[in-house]
Amino acid sequence: MTQERTYLGVPLHKPKVAFFELSSCEGCQLQIVNNEATLLDFLSLVEIVNFREAMTERSNDYEIAFVEGSVTRADEITRLTEIRRNAAVLVALGSCACFGGVNQLKNRFHDIAWVKKEVYGKHPVETEAEAKPLEAFVRVDLKIFGCPIKKEEVEKIVTNVALGRPVQHPKFPVCMECKANENICLFDLGEPCLGPVTRAGCDSWCPNSRMGCWGCRGPADDANVEQLRNIAKKHGISAEAMLDRLECFGGFASHVDEIRGKAKAKKTASAAKGGVNPPSSPLGKGRRR
Amino acid sequence: MIFKVFGKKELPRLFDVIAVNRVVGPVQKGTDKNGSPLHTFGEVRDFAELSLDYKTTILSAKRFVLPFHETLCTFRVTENGWEKDVDFNVRGPTVFFGLHACDINAFNRLDKVLMESVYPTPYYASKRKNMFIIGTNCEPQPYCFCRSMGTDTALHGFDLFLTDIGDRYFAEVQSATAYNFLLQIKTADPKEKDHQRYMDVVAEKNKKFTAHVDNTDLTKILDMEFQSQAWKEWGDKCLSCGTCANVCPTCYCYGVEETVDMNATGARKIKSLHSCNLIDFAEVAGGHNFRPERHSRLKYRYYHKHRGFVEAFEESLCVGCGRCGEACLADITVPEVIASVRGEGH
Ligand code: SF4
Ligand code: SF4
Ligand code: SF4
Ligand code: SF4
Ligand code: SF4
Repeated sequence: MTQERTYLGVPLHKPKVAFFELSSCEGCQLQIVNNEATLLDFLSLVEIVNFREAMTERSNDYEIAFVEGSVTRADEITRLTEIRRNAAVLVALGSCACFGGVNQLKNRFHDIAWVKKEVYGKHPVETEAEAKPLEAFVRVDLKIFGCPIKKEEVEKIVTNVALGRPVQHPKFPVCMECKANENICLFDLGEPCLGPVTRAGCDSWCPNSRMGCWGCRGPADDANVEQLRNIAKKHGISAEAMLDRLECFGGFASHVDEIRGKAKAKKTASAAKGGVNPPSSPLGKGRRR
Repeated sequence: MIFKVFGKKELPRLFDVIAVNRVVGPVQKGTDKNGSPLHTFGEVRDFAELSLDYKTTILSAKRFVLPFHETLCTFRVTENGWEKDVDFNVRGPTVFFGLHACDINAFNRLDKVLMESVYPTPYYASKRKNMFIIGTNCEPQPYCFCRSMGTDTALHGFDLFLTDIGDRYFAEVQSATAYNFLLQIKTADPKEKDHQRYMDVVAEKNKKFTAHVDNTDLTKILDMEFQSQAWKEWGDKCLSCGTCANVCPTCYCYGVEETVDMNATGARKIKSLHSCNLIDFAEVAGGHNFRPERHSRLKYRYYHKHRGFVEAFEESLCVGCGRCGEACLADITVPEVIASVRGEGH
């Protein structure tokens, strides 16, 4: 385990890495530990100096910081800023860190007191009105998408980082991998799927189990969200069902804002013309948009 | 060509004779939301697993010669350097039991690029040279336009072609291997009425085509209509998802990735099929993208199939199987796209 690695005769630099979590479920970090077969190889590539899920010692001497979770509290901003100062490379690990993740669902409600009461009941918690991605506060050097991240992908990325090779994400959508996995398309089964607009890299994890993609990895380059919404409509899938998916992980936040903005503008225009307002959103109370 | 006829009960026996080899054929994969069966090509061990009455398959048989992902070679780091292992990934002959004419022609078209060109592809050729193909006749579906592409009948590229003429099969025998296999079941020489029956079946089939593509002067028209507004309209609909290329029996584009094993003692070169509709298809070193817009990429797909390939090989790379249009969520179909570019009904 401690034996020095070489590649083509050249000793490999073994970077010191640290793992941190902000507001998250720690599921992404778990993906890394949850890996008996390859864990030793992983540990021979990097030197882990800080990993709450796997060890008790702590250190602030690290080159690469993997940060999981979104920012929802003021003290997390302080921690994150400090991590950024210490790390040469800051990696956003998982969709919470990249886009706000599931946490950012609360950003869609304007009454934070109501949200807190719904979620935590009487337990007092400190939380900001919005959950934000790391990028809202610090520079992020590398993003690893997914909720959770896919361990095979992380291993590939870490290997490339350790060898100084470039890291590239697929630019195309999940459908590419889904077809290679020979799945029946979810739309043929009458179910929605965000595969055509979501960045690949998960090896079509959800469609492989006959579940439509929820877009956890965020948009593919040049994602045609508008067209996918038309397609869903033709398949009898409601606009709101598609928006629920698009909103779920925060990767499509700007698309959703645009769609909801347009819908609102249309509604106001039709109201002005004396039209009938459509029924209010099923999410009801406290809905921001 | 040698013709034979044999009773339907002989077919399972033929299967058993051949099935000492790996057999690939149409199998049911599931059902869609309306309860209609969805087929694919898969490995079969028992005749009963075959769905020879299949209409089409969700994916073509291409992946048995051009896998979606294929390891081209592996490298082992040794004390003094490294060693390279090349494996064409052929484990023995493959029998294709029940290919329709379009798919047989698709292999013939692929041969032109991957086997008969200046630089043949050994990974393809080694698999292609190691197959035995049994074709079966089909019934045109609303999306089939093979007749327009001249691929509704296979003239070569198979060992045996079976046409269902009612109570028996009319067999075209094109290889000595096929002839020898047939010696092991009960066959007869066709009589005049079998010939008649065969021609009736073919005539009946020809009446059933509903989708068509007008190929007249198409290469020239595509050149003239390079700036047509139709491209822009289809491009707006396209999801750039690559599904059309993935289901297509003749798309062969790919990318190669080199990865290093996590223990740094080995590396591999992996080829993965790609599609010209994907955003990075025409991206080059330095980041410049020659086709950044969806419509330019979609257009390229049509230019390769219906213009570039025709100019190089005097026939289209599209065999009219209709799979791409069926699989495309945006309902982009070859007959409609070509018609719109020709200025018809758009
Ligand atoms: S199931 Fe989803 S990911 Fe798979 S092909 Fe269909 S739309 Fe694409
Ligand atoms: S299929 Fe979609 S939701 Fe599922 S893991 Fe992949 S990107 Fe995430
Ligand atoms: S034409 Fe259809 S299948 Fe092909 S990339 Fe566009 S949307 Fe996908
Ligand atoms: S382009 Fe479409 S119709 Fe033509 S061969 Fe490919 S999948 Fe079949
Ligand atoms: S260029 Fe496009 S149409 Fe031609 S083979 Fe490649 S993927 Fe298929």
